[in-house]
Order: sequence, then C-alpha cells, then structure tokens
Amino acid sequence: MKYLDEYRDQNAAQKMASAIASITTKDWTIMEICGGQTHAIVKFGIDELLPKQIHLVHGPGCPVCVTPLEAIDKALAIASLKDVIFCSFGDMVRVPGSRGDLLSVKAEGGDVRIVYSPMDALSLAKENKNKKVVFFAVGFETTAPANAMAVYKAKEDGITNFFVLVSHVLVPPAMEAILSSETNKIQGFLAAGHVCTVMGTKDYEPLAKKYKVPIVATGFEPLDILKGLYMVIKQLQEGRFEVENEYARLVKREGNVPAKDIVRQVFEVVPRKWRGIGEIPQSGLSLREKYANFDAEKIFQLQDIKTEEPPECISGLVLQGLKRPNECSQFGRKCTPEHPLGAPMVSSEGACSAYYRYKTL
Amino acid sequence: MNELIEKMIAPVFANPALLKAHDGSVVNVQSKKIAMTTDSYVIHPLFFPGGDIGSLAVHGTVNDLAMCGAKPLYMSVGFILEEGLPMETLWQVIRSIKEAAQKSGIQIVTGDTKVVDKGKADGIFINTTGVGAVEHKLDISPQSVKKGDAIILSGDIGRHGIAIMAVREGLEFETKIESDSAPLWNPIKDLLKKNIRIHCLRDLTRGGLASALVEISKKANVAIQIDERAIPVREDVKGACEILGFDPLYVANEGRFICFVDGKEKDAVLKILGKSASLIGTVMDSKTSKVTLKSFIGTTRIVDMLSGDQLPRIC
Repeated sequence: MKYLDEYRDQNAAQKMASAIASITTKDWTIMEICGGQTHAIVKFGIDELLPKQIHLVHGPGCPVCVTPLEAIDKALAIASLKDVIFCSFGDMVRVPGSRGDLLSVKAEGGDVRIVYSPMDALSLAKENKNKKVVFFAVGFETTAPANAMAVYKAKEDGITNFFVLVSHVLVPPAMEAILSSETNKIQGFLAAGHVCTVMGTKDYEPLAKKYKVPIVATGFEPLDILKGLYMVIKQLQEGRFEVENEYARLVKREGNVPAKDIVRQVFEVVPRKWRGIGEIPQSGLSLREKYANFDAEKIFQLQDIKTEEPPECISGLVLQGLKRPNECSQFGRKCTPEHPLGAPMVSSEGACSAYYRYKTL
Repeated sequence: MNELIEKMIAPVFANPALLKAHDGSVVNVQSKKIAMTTDSYVIHPLFFPGGDIGSLAVHGTVNDLAMCGAKPLYMSVGFILEEGLPMETLWQVIRSIKEAAQKSGIQIVTGDTKVVDKGKADGIFINTTGVGAVEHKLDISPQSVKKGDAIILSGDIGRHGIAIMAVREGLEFETKIESDSAPLWNPIKDLLKKNIRIHCLRDLTRGGLASALVEISKKANVAIQIDERAIPVREDVKGACEILGFDPLYVANEGRFICFVDGKEKDAVLKILGKSASLIGTVMDSKTSKVTLKSFIGTTRIVDMLSGDQLPRIC
C-alpha cells in the first residue's frame, strides 16, 4: 500500500539507521513533539535502532493529555445535563476528570456520543432541535480548521442549538516554553507532521533562529521518523539550526492557506492552561466574540467545579520530557490503562500508554 | 408468544425434535464424549455487510464447538425481543439462522422466546447453547501447547470489526468491507481426518488475533513470538485501520482461527488449509508467558491485552 509499505520497509529502515550511526559523533537530545510520533517510535522500536548517543525525549504533543482538568470537569458537568447531547472524539471519553470520565457519565444516563468529525455533531444538532448539542473541541492546530468550519456553518445555517466547548492548544508557544526553561536539554525537534500540514513550517523559523535549534517537520511512519532524525542530527553535527521538511508529501512551508483562514476567522489566540504544565501565554484558541453564541463556556454557566488532580500523577514532567513514563512510581502499579491516574495513560497518543503497550516492563 | 413460535419460528427451523413442541428435546449422540458451549449475541447493528445477528449466532456456536475439535450436532436458540420490533426484521433473522444452520450442518432442536418492554433490549438479543461430538482422542487446549509449536492463522484478519464499525458509525469507504462471519468446522474436520495432532485451536473474535494469543500464552504459560510480516491484512482493511488509528491485531473477526501444532506438522497443516493460511509464529523456549512481535522493520515489541475497545484517534 502506497506510503505504508515503502515507509515500513525493513531494508530501508536498517540503511537509514546505519546512516544515522555513521554521522553521529556526539551525544544529542532530540524531542519528538507529537504523541503519534511517540507511539510510532515505541511501537516500532525505533529507539532501539539508534546509536546510544542519541537520546529521544517525548514531547507534549498529545492533545488529550494536555487538555486541562478544568475543561474535562466542565465537559462532565455539561454531559450530565438532561437536555444535552455531548459529542466527543473517541480518545477523550476515557480521560479521567476529578470525578469519573465521559464514559461513566454515559453509564449514569448521560447522552455521550463518539463522533468522527465536528460536522457529525452539527448534523446531530439539526436532527435534534429540542436538544443542545455540545462538541468537545480539543486538539492542536490539526483539528482546529474542521472545528472552525463547523461553527462557521452553524452560524451560516442559523443553527441555535449547537455549541463547542473549546480547548485548543498551539504547538510553537509550547516549544518556546520548553526551550526557555532553565532545565531545558532539548537540542533539536521533530515537529508534528499533521500540525504542519495545516500551519506550514514558517512559524518555526523564528524559534530555530532564536534558540539555535534545528526543527524538522516529520511524518509518522518508521522511515519518516528515521529520516527526520537523520536530518536533525546532520544539522546538529554541522552546527546548523534551520527548519527543514521531511514530510514534504503533505507539508508545505505556507501550510494549508484556506484552513488557516477559517481558523483565523472563527478563533482568536488566548492564554491557555496545559494540564500538568500550567498556563502558557498565547498558546490557545478561543471563539471570537462574533461566535459567542456557540461558546459552551459562556452558554452553560458552570460554577463550583472543584478540580482535583491525583497527587501521584507526574504527567506534567512526562509531557515536558523531564521524566520517562517508566520513571513514575505508579506506572504499571496504581496507574494502568484500566485505571489511569492521568491522561497520558489513556490516550492513543500518550507517552505512558505507549510505554505500557509496547515496552517490556 | 405461542403463536409466534408455532406459526413463525418452528416451521422455519422444521426440525422433528423441535416440532414435538415439548419442554425439551431428546436427541441421539453416538460419540462417548460431547463438547458443549453457550454464548449470547447482542450485536448492533442487527444487519451488516456479510451477515446479521442470526448467522453470527449460528457461526459463533459452531465455531466454539469446532475449536474443541467437536463436530457440531445440535443447538438451542433463545430470543429476547424488544417490544415493537418489526416482524419483518424477526423474519429475516430467523431465515438467516435457518440458512446458516443448514450450511453449517447443525440442527436447531430447542429454543425459547421472551418479549421485553421497549428500551430494555437492543432489538434482538440471542442466546445459544451448542452440543458437538468429540470423535478424536486429542486434548485440544492451551495446556497441550509446547515449546517449538508452529502457530498457523487460517486467513486475513480485521474484516468483521471494520465492517461493523463502518455501518455503526456511518463511515463510507471506497470498497465495501464485509464481515468474515463463517462456520469453521470443515477445515478442522479436514485436519482431524488427516490425523494432524492439533495441540490447540482458538477462533478469533472480539479482541482480535492479539487477544487470542495473549490468552493462550497466559493459560499455557509459554512465550510466543509472531512475525508482523506474515500476518495477512487485506488492503482495504489496512487502509480503514490506518484512517481510524486501529491496530488490525486487535480488530474483531468471526471466521478465522489459529492452530498450534508440532513444528514438524506445519507444512501439512498449511497444505490442508490452503493458500489463505499462513505460518505466523512459534512457541519459544522461555519460562515467562508473553507474546512478542517482530515488526515490519525488524525490531521486536511486546503484544499485550488492550484495555477496553480501540477508540478512533483524534489527529
């Protein structure tokens, strides 16, 4: 199958691994941003193919993992209301809030539905005029255009019972937060491939220049990741710090212009709290005033939501690449996919779930 | 209720034991050993490409017996019907059960029907019990699995789960993916006829190939290694899994099985099962039970049970 078979070819992978070994003469610490890349690295054992001098650190690119606890708790409160159909992407329904998750709300009688697109939620709103349909709009820049389009269409079609609970986050500010931290050890990045298909690679150029780090937009197949690593390591060895594009079959420097336009039209950039990390300035998206009627935060007046993080969960340290999942005292003990303490153990892009599923304990 | 059974169900199944309309059915079983199985079917949607809840119920029962090396003989069918279920729907399911039973060589000899209030069942629930004749002397179970055993998979995986997902979620793929729901007694019968000393059989249902292997490795306390490149997945199923972020290893099947035999018999088994079968792995020499997979790029990773259902990814 095109783009699967050739990007999972054993001979090609071995050749790329040898090429990496042949150019590596020093220790380098590289972060892959996206949770999907983390899973691919662990699932395919790519870290086992690399020379010992290359240290991979897993980044915060798991949209489920960084959705703040307050947002999950608000989602649970809204989903529990009698006249609400609460729609969400699949991954979110098992993320633990302070008390339970969306699946437990469903088990107690809440109308919680997994959808594949925000447009499905909009269709539900049109079909169920006596209900309020709320879509949990989480994600990085990748999912923002579709969410923006759903709100845009709702306004255009005069739909008054469709709402979005927004918790979008942006990648470059998170990278800046990591790079500007005193404890930062990251020397190069694999940028999130699908975020880049929307946003392009231009936004990373000021970061590469300011912090002198090579950044390579990278895909998700084993050969993508190995090639992306090769490109980062080559730059590091040669003392360069540029933005390059390994995922050229999907990513352009300017990104997807119509997608960016619709996002700009519907959303504005705001400060955003990242679960486990804290507030990062200008790192989130919120609905513009023009679309306030669709904003679930404003329509559903939710008060007295007390958030409680499990004290033993170190997801923040894992998301910033400061600890590995198997360095957590509760990993595989109190925290498992059946009984997760935090989001990274639940999500298909979470580092903890990747380690639990694919790594030998 | 009696009218439903007398006028609709019994005449369609048309079995002499059933038509006596007694509380139970008395039947002949000639072998000294019998295998027995029970299962319940609650699938939604009731109808899907490649089958429906009725044919699924028959195939599931036949296959559980086949996995014991037992020739399917008789089964019971118990319906729980939701009030308001259209008669046409019930009629279609009953006819489908009859057709599947005829093709599988199993007789429906007893049954039951209950109706519950609207909202208390998802259209139709079906419970079955099956009885089969064990005419071999093998102990076909995880406990017979040994170091050096070859693991053979009967065909490509993932069709049933994706077919159901497509209907349930209203996803339209370019090619229509049909469930692989099918009876499995014939290939097992062929293996037994050729005196293959089968150590263990398992049909792959919910949880997919991976779950079956992990369960057997735990019960047999053996280490299993499989080769990802040897596991056949059809292109359209592969594509659908990639879009949804599913691992085909964990996607449900309803017409596939794995067979553990002594390594020396693997070629004979592959010849009997035909081109669709493949040698996917081996039982290793190890004191710990685990399943490892050699990936496409030559690295090795652990295969474990999945927690809950696979959920479609976000981005």
